Parts: sequence; C-alpha cells; structure tokens
Amino acid sequence: MSTLGIVMLVHTALDRAEQVARHWTASGCPVVIHVDRKVPGGVYETFVRSCSSDPKILFSKRHSCDWGGWGIVAASQSAARMMLDRFPDVRHVYLASGACLPLRPVQELIDYLAARPRTDFIESATTEDVSWTVGGLDIERFTLRFPFSWRKQRKLFDAYVKFQRRIGYKRKIPEGLVPHMGSQWWCLTRQTLSAVLEDPKRRTYDRYFRRVWIPDESYFQTLSRLYSTDIESRSLTLSKFDFQGKPHIFYDDHLQLLRRSDCFVARKIWPQADRLYQAFLTDQATAMKPAEPNPARIDRVFAKAVERRTRGRDGLYMQSRFPGHGRENKLTSGPYSVFQGFSELFEDFEAWLAGSTGLRVHGHLFAPDRAEFADGETMINGGLTDHAGLRDYNPTAFLSNLIWNTRGERQCFQYGPADNQDINWFLARDINAQISVVTGAWAVPLFRSNRNFSEIRKEAARLQRIETEQLDILRSVWTKARVRIWTMAEFIEAPMEPIQTVIDEIMPAGPRHIAEAPRLVDIAGFGKFLQNLKNQGMHPYLMGDFPVEEPGEQTPKPIRKPYLVQ
Amino acid sequence: MVSVSSEQARHPGLIDAYRLRWKRRRLLWRSFRSRHHLTALADRTGRIGPGDILAVTTLRNEITRLPWFLHHYRRLGVDHFLVVDNGSDDGSADLLARQPDVSLWQTAHSYREARFGLDWMTWLQMRHGHRHWTLMVDADELLIYAHHETRSLRDLTGWLDRTGRDVFGAHLLDLYPEGPLGAQTHDPGTDPTQVVNWFDAGPCRAQRQRPMGNLWVQGGVRERAFFADRPHRSPTLNKIPLIRWSRRFAYVNSSHSALPRRLNFGYDGPGGAAPSGVLLHTKFLPEVVGKSEIEKSRSQHFHDPDQFGGYYDGIIGRPTLWTPDSVRYTGWRQLEQLGLMNSGGWT
Repeated sequence: MSTLGIVMLVHTALDRAEQVARHWTASGCPVVIHVDRKVPGGVYETFVRSCSSDPKILFSKRHSCDWGGWGIVAASQSAARMMLDRFPDVRHVYLASGACLPLRPVQELIDYLAARPRTDFIESATTEDVSWTVGGLDIERFTLRFPFSWRKQRKLFDAYVKFQRRIGYKRKIPEGLVPHMGSQWWCLTRQTLSAVLEDPKRRTYDRYFRRVWIPDESYFQTLSRLYSTDIESRSLTLSKFDFQGKPHIFYDDHLQLLRRSDCFVARKIWPQADRLYQAFLTDQATAMKPAEPNPARIDRVFAKAVERRTRGRDGLYMQSRFPGHGRENKLTSGPYSVFQGFSELFEDFEAWLAGSTGLRVHGHLFAPDRAEFADGETMINGGLTDHAGLRDYNPTAFLSNLIWNTRGERQCFQYGPADNQDINWFLARDINAQISVVTGAWAVPLFRSNRNFSEIRKEAARLQRIETEQLDILRSVWTKARVRIWTMAEFIEAPMEPIQTVIDEIMPAGPRHIAEAPRLVDIAGFGKFLQNLKNQGMHPYLMGDFPVEEPGEQTPKPIRKPYLVQ
Repeated sequence: MVSVSSEQARHPGLIDAYRLRWKRRRLLWRSFRSRHHLTALADRTGRIGPGDILAVTTLRNEITRLPWFLHHYRRLGVDHFLVVDNGSDDGSADLLARQPDVSLWQTAHSYREARFGLDWMTWLQMRHGHRHWTLMVDADELLIYAHHETRSLRDLTGWLDRTGRDVFGAHLLDLYPEGPLGAQTHDPGTDPTQVVNWFDAGPCRAQRQRPMGNLWVQGGVRERAFFADRPHRSPTLNKIPLIRWSRRFAYVNSSHSALPRRLNFGYDGPGGAAPSGVLLHTKFLPEVVGKSEIEKSRSQHFHDPDQFGGYYDGIIGRPTLWTPDSVRYTGWRQLEQLGLMNSGGWT
C-alpha cells in the first residue's frame, strides 16, 4: 500500500473523475471520493457501481458544496478522516478535485513526498501578504458575517458588508488563531492532518469557520499553522485564475505548456480535452525527467491573458473594446508629436524634421482638403486613406487608427487653426501626445500671401479665434498631453532652444545637438503687417510683442541666420 | 447592410426602454406570423439534442459556397443547421436536403419584406433554438475565434457559460483577391480564403448607438472603395452572431443588433477587452460580379436599394481592391495581433 492517499472532491464530469481515480490506484494510491450531494442519486449510484471493482476507491459521506461555503471544508474533513482511518499506511494526503490531472508519473510524486516525509505542502499566507483576493476582502473574510451569496446575491452581499463596516461590527477570531489564506488544494502529512481533525477545540474552530467567507481557502491553511513542523507554503497543484477569480481551464492545445511545467498535478482540465487525458494518463513512457515544478512559463502566459482581458490594449477601439469616456487608460497606442506653427515659420520643416530624427513626419493631417501623409502618400498602413470626408466622419478614430496602425514607429504631424478642430480634446487628454505650439504663427502664411488685405484681415480674425479656443483646451485641468506653448515673438528670439528640447524628448538617446538648423522664412516687415491689422480693427495678440520696424529698416537685410545652441 | 439610422441614437431613458420592449414583441409577433411563409423540405429537427449548437441561415443560390460552409461549421462543432432557402435555382436546395444534419425550409416570399430573412430565422430560432447556443451566419461568412483550429464551438460556449456571458461578438472582415474582382477561379469545396486572402487591417471606427446601446463599427475595404463619399452608408462591421438563445430574443438588424438591449453590450465591457471573433467575409469570390448584376435588379437588399446602385456598379466594374497596404490573411493570431479580434482572457 502506498504512502500517498488522494482525497478527491467531485461534482461533475464523473467519468473523468473515475478515469483519474483509477490512474491513482493503479500506482497503489488509495482514493477517497467525495461526491457533491447536489449530484442526483441515480447518477451517484451509477458512479459508485462503476468504481466498485476497485477496492482502493472509497466514497465518503456526502455534503452539499457551494462555492465559497462551508460544505467544501466539511467534505474535505470527512473524506480525510476516512482516508486516515481506512488506510493506515498513508503518510501524505493530497486534496484534489475531479478536474485535476496528474502530469507526471504518480511514482515520481510518491518519491518526491517520501523524500520530504514531514513536509506539509499548503499555500498559507497571512492576510497582509496576499494581493490576489477576489472581492477586495482579506482580513474582513474573518471578521465580518456573510449570510448572502456572492455569486447569486451580489448586491445584498455588498450592501451587508458595507453596513457592517459602517457600524464597525467585528467577529472575534478564536484565541490562538492567526488567519492564513491560500490555495484550497493542499497535501498534508498524517500528523498535521490528524492533529487538525482531532483538535479538542475543533468544535469551536468549525463553528467559527462556518461563517467565514470562502473557508476552503483558510480553514486548513490557518489550522495547519498550529501543528505543522515544516510548512512549505505552496500548492503542488498548478492552478491559474482568471480575472473573475475562476480557475483557468486547460485544453488540448495546452499539452506542451503543461509538459514543460514539471508540475505534479494541474487543474482545471476541460472534460472534453481528450488529448490531455490520453497523454498524461497513458503515455507514461514519454513522461518528464525528475525536476522541481516550474510553473513560471505558464504563469507568464496566463498573467498576460488576465491583463488582456481586464485592461485590453491601449489605443485599440474595436468590436470588443470600446472603453467609456475617461476609462481608456491611454487614448492611443503609442507616443506621437504634434507641431503647430513650425512649418509656417521654417522652410521645409517637415523634410528637415524627418531628416534629423528619422521619424515619419506628416504634413497637416487634418487639413480641409485631404490628410497630408508624409511623402505625398494617399494611403498608409492599414488601408487608411487621405480622404477628408472619411477622416472628418470621425476624426478622433482617424487619429487613434493612425497611431494604432503604425505601432512601433513614432508619428509626427503638423496641426493648426485652419485644420479640423474636432480632435482638440482628444489630443489634450491623451498622455501619448506631445504637443508643441508656436502661437500666432498661422499669420505668417497670410503675411506672405498675395491676397487682398480685407480678406486677410477676416481670415486672421477667424484663425485667432480658433487658436484661442484651442489654447484654452490645451491649458485646461484635464490636459494630460505634454504641451509646450510659445508665442511667436518669444520663439523666434531663440528658435533652436525649444526645438532641441522637443527633439531630446522624442529621442532621449539621439544626438545631443542637431547638426543642421532649419531655415526661418523671411519675416522682415511682419511687425508692420501686424500693425496694419491693428489699424484695421483686428487685434492680433497671439504672436506676442513684435516691434513695428522703422520704414527705413525695411531695406533688404540679410536673412537672420538661426543660431545653434551649444 | 445598413445599420439603425443615427436618428435612433437619441432619446435614451425609461420611455425608450418601454418602447424597445414593445418593439421586441412586435418583431417576435412578425416572426411568428411569418412561419406560414416557410415550407419544410427536410425537417430533421427531431435529431436536435439538448445542448446542441445550431446554425441558422437564409440563402439563395450559394451552391459554390455551401460545401465549404458546411465543412467549416461542422469542423467547429455545429450540430445542426436550420436553413431557409429563398428560391434557389442552382441546386442549393437539393444539396442541403441531402445533408443528415440540415433541416431545410423553402420560401418564395420577399427577402426584403421578411426583414432580410430575419423574420424567418427568428421564427426558427424561437421554435428550435431556445436554450441552445445558436449561430446566425450568412453563407459567405466563416466564423473564426481564438484557438479555433484546436478548440470547438462547444469548448468556446462552455467557457462563455462559465464566465457568465451569453453573447459572442464578431467583426465582419471583408476578404478580397489580389487582382481585379471576378478574375480568379474558385473551385467549390475548397477553402475560399485561398482565393480571397487579402484584407484591410484597418481602419475601423466605432460609436455607440442609442437607444439600443449597440456598437456601430464601420470601416474597412468596402468603405474605402465604395463609400468614401457617403461614410454614413458604409457597411456595418459589428455582429453578434453567437448567442445563447432564448425564445424571447430577437435580432433587430441582421445580426448587428438584438433585443433585449443587454445583448448588445455583450461584446464590449466598459473597460478591458471582451472576447470576440472574426467573420471572414468571402463575398468577393469571383462570382460576385455576376451576382451583383442580379442583385442590383432584384433590389432585395438594403432598406433603400436605390441608394446602393452605385455600390453594385462599383463591383460590376471589376475594380482591384488590393493595394500595397493590404495584408495577407494568415490566421487568427494575426487578426488578434492587429486588433480585429480578442481572445478576451481565453488562453
């Protein structure tokens, strides 16, 4: 008779449970099965009959098991009692479920435990040390009352918890107990387990734990701390949990992942996973080498899945991810830069920026007639076209799509008051946006244009109004974007300084100094132009203070050479 | 198909909730009455067992697609097909009537007046789909989802049940060939995604619509090629094809939206990413050119068929939809990577 006994809690997929039970007994391990009382009598009878040919399979007294209720503990107690009484050779008792599957030959587990005869494998941590509790309850599991079902009566459950917190109600924890929690799947030695079951104060403890929330994760975890001489706080059963706190299910295509885990037992196995059952219950020849369990890889895969589910991917708006306003985490999938006023002030600014940073630099993406993609393209990644109608149908989606479709490559684009303004709030709220604005620079093209002055005046008034509104948004308290704003006057005093700052932020590891400076357009006479606007009753204030040059100074003057910051 | 008009996006509240309740009842009543339109050609519904997964579809002249359609969904684990044949004359009905897992009805009534077949299908779902996971797909739509090569629909719906979801959404992804439309050859019985295997990886736009709360996703290649000047008419791409059905449910607009209202929230949590799949749309197989000529004259599609003459003309003109930015379809992992579907925590 083996020194390892299996207690199996079963409530569904009984055929699989029998298959696994027979696998255990074939290696000499006795199995005591507890079948949930909610399983109909006829089904239960058939199951018992079907297992009766195996003398090492016994059935314990049935309890009704509800998630988070006492029934599961009661079931474990009766089954463990039966195991200890009926199989005196058993040294370790392993608690498993019907959906558990041994991944390694049973003999390896027996040897592993035989080499550690006094060790109890039970995940058991104090409430301060766990961060994985579902429902946000840790120590309160032990100090509040929970008469309502968390799954079926959630509102009542929450309200009653709140009420108890408000009036400051606390249950008394029996003396000598320090609440511990952990995975409900344990493997305990006969000494520890019998000490728990035969404790003179067991009636007190049971009465207390009956009213604790999810006692199956705390009863044995707490009580074994009283008696065990050697607790190894981990479960030998590999079990991963999803975002709802339910165990992840393993399917056929997890075969390789499970093989490489070196774990002894895994749950929860999908009953229809024929290949898994086939592989792990029969092909023992291809079993793994003796090794310590190593679930790290599985941990990573499943942790990623949980994050995908609960958080999704930033900047992705689609069929099944459409976060509500303010709950987007980040609005776009990666950082990007918006330049306002630069292409008006510098000749060929886009080409210069692309040349000095190597990034994709678009023109005015939100220009009235079309989206000016870099290099005059009419379509870019993901089939996004330059069609203004499609873009303006939903401009924020156009932007988030552009950033999503070009993941991994930072985008820069020009923007200005003449463009579609419907993205302003989106830009401002997006932590990925780096926005650099030279205010009033929109006047430079007007200044250099060959239009009638009355037209210019009207256009200037319109653009100034739009930019003022935009600046209000960029300066609002909800703005999360990295925003820099200069007036045109202060900017052209020393243009390379701000540009260097912006580029340093885009490329922290880039060249310390820009080799070649962009060329400022000729703005001689701009001050006079502004004065003319003023004289006509339009007051341009966004440019800052420009001196009105003397008429004599308007004679040709060499173009100001921008200087480099050293 | 055109989605609910954006005028309906206003007026939320109790009154609308009440109105939607009556709307749903009206739809169910229409569907119930439409049962007289259907003549059973092969009624094998007695073979439907408890827990079986059902597929419901209406079709007309799909002989070239049917073999692969049946193959694809059988492989995924559909147990029974409920099919309405709307006057096929190409042998589709004969082929279907011979299948052991197909129940077939026929009707010559107007597809358009039956809300594009929805009345008929809703009746069949009401009658046979109660408490079953039912899948409503067209013959040119192939559903895929995370791990679909290794896990069946039964695995998927089992997991959805466990996580408390009764709706599974999918994005309609238009596939197109590399050359001009109509210039390829397709052998019925082979995988159509070998012939039409390119797609636009984006862009899609989503907005929420009131009062039903359904998401309205638009975009993709058909919009780029045929609807750029009329984006509000561009095809709706969101669908909720897989629902754990109740006889009280009703699809409102193809499988884009359904009532009661909560079904429309099934594919979009307030935060995070819910599970969803992709319906590979094989509309642009070579036969699409000839079919478009017929459909243009039949005027059985769209609420306002005259608005879509240009769309048919566009297809009949055999355009090349392919561009250097097109992406070749390689599998569900690629689509998940591109953000067109989500495994939603199902690993």
